[in-house]
This record gives sequence, C-alpha cells and structure tokens, in this order.
Amino acid sequence: MLYPSLKSSVLPESNRVVVTGTGIVTALGLGWRVNAEGFRTGRAAFRPVTLFDVSGQRAKIAAEVDLPPELPRTKLSAATTRRLDRATRMLLHAAHEAWTQAGWGSSGDLPVVLGTTSGEMSLGEQYLQQALVSPLAKRRQPTRVVHYQVQQQGLNLCSAFGIPGPLTTISNACASGANAIGHAWELLRHGRAEKVLTGGYDTLCRLTFAGFDSLQALSPAPCRPFDAHRDGLTLGEGAAILTLETLAHAQNRGADILGEIIGYGAATDTHHLTQPHPEGKAAWAAMTAACLSANISPMQIDYVNAHGTATPHNDATETAAINRWAGEHASHLRVSSTKSVCGHSLGAAGAIEAVICLMALRGQWLPPQTSLNQPDPACHFRIVTAPAAAKIETALSNSFGFGGANATLIFRRWS
Amino acid sequence: MNQILVCGLGAVSPAGWSVSRLQAALAKGDPLPGQNLVRPGGKNPLRIRQVPPPETRPECFAHPRLRRASAITLHAVTAALEALGEEVVPIQSGAVRLGIIFCTMAGNVAYSRRFFEEVLRDPATASPLFFPETVFNAPASHLAAYLGTHGIGYTLVGDDGTFLQGLAMAANWLLDDRVDGVVVVGAEEMDWVVTEAIHLFQRDAIHGAGAGAIYLKRGYGPGASATLSRITDSFLFTQNQSRSEAARKMRMQLPSDDSSELLCLSSQPAHRAATAEILAWRDWSGHRLAPKAVLGEAFAATAAWQCVAACDSIARGRFSGVNVSVVGVNQQSIGARFQACAEAVQDPG
Repeated sequence: MLYPSLKSSVLPESNRVVVTGTGIVTALGLGWRVNAEGFRTGRAAFRPVTLFDVSGQRAKIAAEVDLPPELPRTKLSAATTRRLDRATRMLLHAAHEAWTQAGWGSSGDLPVVLGTTSGEMSLGEQYLQQALVSPLAKRRQPTRVVHYQVQQQGLNLCSAFGIPGPLTTISNACASGANAIGHAWELLRHGRAEKVLTGGYDTLCRLTFAGFDSLQALSPAPCRPFDAHRDGLTLGEGAAILTLETLAHAQNRGADILGEIIGYGAATDTHHLTQPHPEGKAAWAAMTAACLSANISPMQIDYVNAHGTATPHNDATETAAINRWAGEHASHLRVSSTKSVCGHSLGAAGAIEAVICLMALRGQWLPPQTSLNQPDPACHFRIVTAPAAAKIETALSNSFGFGGANATLIFRRWS
Repeated sequence: MNQILVCGLGAVSPAGWSVSRLQAALAKGDPLPGQNLVRPGGKNPLRIRQVPPPETRPECFAHPRLRRASAITLHAVTAALEALGEEVVPIQSGAVRLGIIFCTMAGNVAYSRRFFEEVLRDPATASPLFFPETVFNAPASHLAAYLGTHGIGYTLVGDDGTFLQGLAMAANWLLDDRVDGVVVVGAEEMDWVVTEAIHLFQRDAIHGAGAGAIYLKRGYGPGASATLSRITDSFLFTQNQSRSEAARKMRMQLPSDDSSELLCLSSQPAHRAATAEILAWRDWSGHRLAPKAVLGEAFAATAAWQCVAACDSIARGRFSGVNVSVVGVNQQSIGARFQACAEAVQDPG
C-alpha cells in the first residue's frame, strides 16, 4: 500500500542510506571505469552534433553518447529489445551496471524513482513532423506516441529487470535527477522501503537544443563554468542509475558499499520561470536544508559539485549562494562543475553528478574543469582546475532547473 | 494527528470553472456536448470537450507569471486556488508551509507544438517565449510564484494513476512533518496533437481538458470534506503483468463491497478499454460513477476529477465512503479510498 505504508515507522535519523551500485552513461563512455578516468582528468567530450540538423543554430556542439548496438541481456524479449528507443537503451545500460555491481537478485518489492525532463522527445518530434507533413499517414505513429512518453522508459526498465514497481517519474526540469535521488533517499530514511532503484536520464533532441539556443543560453564553444568570460552552456545527454539501500539491508546481505547519502534539500525559486533570483536564495535554502538533514555544517563539506551550467546568470547566482552558505569556509572550499566535461544532460545531470561525487569520494580525487581560463572574481571558493588527489570525506552536489527547482544532495565517503 | 484530511477541492473541466459545475454535470449524468476540432491540414473533425471560457476572468490571471501562461497552467492554478480557498492568505504570508505536487501526462503540449513548428520552419527565429513554458514543471512553478511559496514542489509525469501516486506522496510528506499542507493538482490541456494521438488508439474517445485539485492537511477535522484513508499499491502494466491482472490486484486492496457506498471508475463502461476495470469490479453492488463518460478523456485531470467528485460526494453527506479506481491509460492500476471524517475518526490510522 502506498498509503498508509505498512512498513515499520522509524526515526529518519536512525535509518542510514547507502549506495551499493551505480551505472553511468555519458559522452565519455559507458561504465564506472571510463567515466571515472574521464572526470578525474577533466577530459572534455564535446563534438559536432550528429543526431539532428543544427545548421540553423548558433551553437553546433554537444556531448553526444555513442551507444553500442548491443544491449545487456535482460528479461525483455528480443522483439521488444529491437524496438527500444535511445533513452531506454541508455537507461538499461546504466541500470544493468548498477544492478550487477549491487549484486541484487530478484527485485521483490522495489520502488523505482526516475528523473527526466523529456523522456524520448525525439520520437515526439518525429510524430509531430509526420503529422504536419503527411496528416493522413499513420504508419509508425502509434509506436511513436507510446514510446516517446516518459512513463514508457520506466516501464521498459521495470520489464527488463522484473521490477513490480511502483514507478515514480519526477520532472523538475534540470533538478529532476537530484530530486529523484532525494525522494528515493527519503523513502528509505522513513522506512517506506529497504531498497530503491533511482536515477535520471535524458537524450539530446532538437526541441531542447533549439530551445536553449533560442534563449541564447548555448555557447558556440565548449562551456566554461565560473569563468569570468563564460558565455553559455553546452548540452549533453546520458543516464545514471543508483541502487540505494538502508545500511542495515546492505550489511545484512554483505554488500560492498560505495558511499553514503547523508543529506537532501529542495527549495523553489519563484523569481522567474528561467532566471534564478540574483542572490540565489533558493539555492542557498536547498544547500542549507541538505546540511540540516545531514546534521552537518558547511565547514564539513570538502567538495562541491556545482550545478555550474556556465550561463552568466546561473553561475552568478550559484556563486552568490555558495559564498553566502559557506561563509568564511568558502576560501577553503573546492568547487568544480563537471558539465565542463560531459555537458549539461538536463534531467540526467543530478544523477550523473551524484555518481561523480561517489567516484571522487571513493578514489580520493577532485574532478577538475580544465576549460577555465579566468575565474570569475566573484567566486570566493577555490575552483578545481587540474587533476588532483585529495582527502575528501563529504561532497555536496547542486542541481537547479527551470521553474525554480533547486535540489542539493550530500554524500559521505564509506570507510 | 495521523489522519490525512481533505481540506479543499478544486476543479476546472468541460463543465466549467468550479467543483459545483463539475458536480452538477456528474449529477445530471449526461455526456456533455462536444465540439468539433479540425486540425491544420485535416479533413475529418475530431470530437473534443473543451473547457468553456470562464464567465468572469479569474483575478489571478492578471498575475505577471500567468499573463501568457499556457492553458494547462491556468487550469491548474485556478483549480488549486479553489482547493486552497481562504488558506491562500496564510500561505502567502508564510504561516503555512505548503508543498505542491503537480501531476500530468501530456503536459504543456500546445506551447511545445507551437515551438517545435517554429523550429521546423526556421530554428533561428523560434520564439524564446514559448520554450520555457514547454517544461513539465512550468505550471507548478507558476502556482508557487503566485502563492509566493518556496518549499518543496514536485512535478510527476505518468498516466492518470499518477494523480493517486501524488496523493500518497503528499500524505507521506504530511506524516513526516515536512509541510503543513499539500495541494495536489492533476491537469491537462487541449491540443490537436493529443486529440489525434488519442484517436490512433481509441476512435470513440472524446478528448477533454482541465484540472482537479485536492488540498490535504494532517490532523483530526470536523469541517474537512473527507479523509484519505488509503492509496493502494501501484500495479504496473509490464511484460509480466497485464492490465486485467493489475486491475484485479488493485481491486483486492480496496474494501470488498458495500451497497451504500460509491465506486468512482476511471473508464467509460461502454468502451473496449474498460474491460479490465469492469471485470475487476464485477462484484461491486454499490453505486457507480464514471466521470470520463460525462467529461471526456483528460488523463491526470480525469483521475483528479474522480477524486474530487468522490470527496465532494462525502462532503455533501451522500456517501460515507468512496472507492476510486484508476486503471490507467498505459502505466498502472491504482486505487484510493476516501471516508467521511466521523467514520475515519473512529478508526484512526
């Protein structure tokens, strides 16, 4: 029963939540190893867009994913597997890696919480294009209608792994992935589940690309977050999935623990639909709420994976929020935006950046952004510009989106 | 303090801009008259049920954030404000911590279509005014801006059953003391792209639009419309579970039979797509109500209307308990149960 929950009620403080598996798909490649190496060294993965025509756009690059033709073996039939859309394929690669790493067997009672902004929008685009050009031609249109919808990718995932659900899809713009993980964390913390499959995904599509271009938010060159001369973001795509469990559940089955999620905060910025409040009030509120739920102070955060899209407005706002939130600690705080490596993958970003934080905590390194030329003098914090080993115990990840959706997650090294 | 109270209801539908309009249409029981929609380049008109223009323009439409907002936003905000009623004042002053859960399936499709048509014509001149309104969470954002709330807000996307998932999420936020109240809104808007897509699967379906909203708080409450006493598990339509199986499992988690109670169904009894739901509830001897037959297919809004109608029936003293059954379009089967407050107080959760 979703309500009232039949699960035992526990004090949230007593229920620790750990990550036992991750799967990641970005323009750097598929899987932990290649992504960890790419983010550790700050290797940018941008290239000219090939998925659709961008000749009429100002920007012409993005961080595209090269998907292998084969999918991991799942419970989906061969016929179903052949028909899968690009977003589902990314999801399945990420979920298979996470599931295997976690060593999960049959799923049993398993909530799935996903974040995305637009699912498989390219199919929606194809549907509309055919409907406009050939109104009477219905061939393939029903398939496009079904498969473009956000819930279909989640249902494919559930069928692939024999997961009974429930399936919840949060679409809070670019904070979707972080909100999904945060909601999953709360389900576990409050004793409503013992394990949850969660994450985010989004694929590049023409509508979104043209949309950001119309707002003049895209940079023609690879993005430079927190640079004094930054001029916009670079889009990316991908998926990341995390297997979350209560600590007790993970330890009872002898699972290898990758890290712990200790805090989550969310807040809404009502300043404007697309522009954050100049002082970053909601961003500050989300970071503060996350620290409160983790019962730690900003001084105890070693690294911040910033939202850092590289648009003039976003970075200025986030800078103001981090400066205020960290206070005197700001000058010691190490910050970077890994969007300088794999672009802004919208609904996937929060989940991808969660995995990057776990990689950094496990490997004891800081993800650099090597594209920075001249740091914005407004930044009171230290931007990581070169690969570096570091002793880090806690990492904080910010995700902010259109509509004023702000979300912050805090991770702790597992030792 | 563990009761989840229904403290307000709101509705915008093809019947009009209020719960009373909705309830009057449902009480009459006749399918509302439809309109013909001829899409650009099309020949055969498609039947739809539009939301009629409001008799008087709601004051909230003058808010800067709502001036050029899409129809789905206007539906959602109007329904939410009706549900919140006088509580808007303490919310705007910050005395009430409000959570917002917005549920939709098709979302802001009209602006998305218009924007993409512009992209197809010439991406260099596509309007930056449209694009921000295409995101699923734009209506929730506009509602938060109107109310001046900065707390948690989620937009959930899925089929009609998502609205019931939203109610369960809201109940849990209240139990966890994250917020003082949550407004859960289900909304959709009219556009020929969606109407035509519906007809690919169900030629006799009539596309509707609008919104429904329920305001939930925690406590014991004479004065509340009803209490939310149960949301069943969500049974997915997957490779391993058919619609019929999912509907049957949902039905098993709701009370067996009471001839004095109401069952609020998600499908139109005469439609082929209703088979799974009809079979699941064939043993039900109580009253039945199928809002979709009167109002049309409006996905998340339909499920919201079901719940609003259920709670309003209880508030008017017509029934002491109502089961809401949702066998969704393509994702899940899920049910809810609402009870009269007095009854629920005797049986605290």
